Amino acid sequence: MSDFTAQSSAAQAFPGAPEAGFGDYVALLKPRVMSLVVFTALVGLLVAPGGTSPMVGFTAILFIALGAGASGALNMWYDADVDAVMKRTARRPVPAGKVEPREALTLGLWLSALSVVMLGLATNWVAAGLLAFTIFFYAVVYTMWLKRATPQNIVIGGAAGAFPPVIGWAAVTGDVSIASVLMFGLIFMWTPPHFWALALFMKSDYHEAKIPMLTVTHGRAETRRQILIYTVLLAPVALALAVTSVAGPAYMATALVLNAIFLKGAWDIWRRDELAAEADGYAVEKRVFKFSLIYLFLHFGALLVDALMAPIWGGPVLGLI
Amino acid sequence: MTDIDRKSLSKPHEIHTRRFGRNAGTALCLVGFCAVVFGLTVAKIQDGGLMEAHDHQPRASVLPVTEGTDQ
Repeated sequence: MSDFTAQSSAAQAFPGAPEAGFGDYVALLKPRVMSLVVFTALVGLLVAPGGTSPMVGFTAILFIALGAGASGALNMWYDADVDAVMKRTARRPVPAGKVEPREALTLGLWLSALSVVMLGLATNWVAAGLLAFTIFFYAVVYTMWLKRATPQNIVIGGAAGAFPPVIGWAAVTGDVSIASVLMFGLIFMWTPPHFWALALFMKSDYHEAKIPMLTVTHGRAETRRQILIYTVLLAPVALALAVTSVAGPAYMATALVLNAIFLKGAWDIWRRDELAAEADGYAVEKRVFKFSLIYLFLHFGALLVDALMAPIWGGPVLGLI
Repeated sequence: MTDIDRKSLSKPHEIHTRRFGRNAGTALCLVGFCAVVFGLTVAKIQDGGLMEAHDHQPRASVLPVTEGTDQ
């Protein structure tokens, strides 16, 4: 076969499958997850003391996002069999036959190396090391090991999603502080109730894919209880961030109001049984899931507002840490 | 038409059309990467303060400061 008649190897492996376009390779990087990474890393970078030049900051965010995308590609490479079973993921480029698994692996590995090296050169090697660890944690610890092995997959794997603000902070300061650890803790503790609320109304997907989600292994009543437990544990972490030097009045108010609402939602989920949930089409679970997205966005948004308004408001409310 | 003419790169082939989006996207990424490296270089030089490579020759700025001297 000459180069001129070349089909992609995926097209050869899946006759009739459409050839991958540029957008399919972008889809391998999970752009929606990247948007959350960009936002939280940006907040970590902007609230860190000292500051950095806009170009260095932009480069740092770009390569943190690219590193997150690379781990997404590695995830799609390894999880292609599982993705093919689940409705939500069946149209991803690898299970859809547009991109060959080997291409996803190659792209993931090269982008991982590029993002870590570029972040190190642009900022410092602490941030680059944290990014490398995050990619390893998501691709190996979560994707290859925990996801198929334990119902705690979401809990521990959520750490990978919690690292971006720590990396953004380290890109400026070159270290890890209590404030950045609490930002990590906020996302880490938020992840289980967020995903388990989703798992409650997307039950068939995880069940059919034989992923040991808590709903499958321990039942739905236990999942409801765990959502409440983690939401209760989340509140003090969110409020602890309010007493650090990066939080001001906006964060304090946001944390107080949103944690009260989230706790009420988790309480409502815990009090319901399956009959009640099925009767109204999992309305409460869906409401709490949507609220959890807003919850995280507003917490980090409030940190950003406080950082921008600090000259006017005169710094943190308490600033104990 | 010879076989070479049919395969000539000067004549747009179907693959050029089929993969235009992919090639254009890759080109944009490469141009963007070059722009980022250039911009980063400019920013680093502006923020970097004194940067001198070691040229194996002693000079005032690399000698240890000694009391009583005006280095």
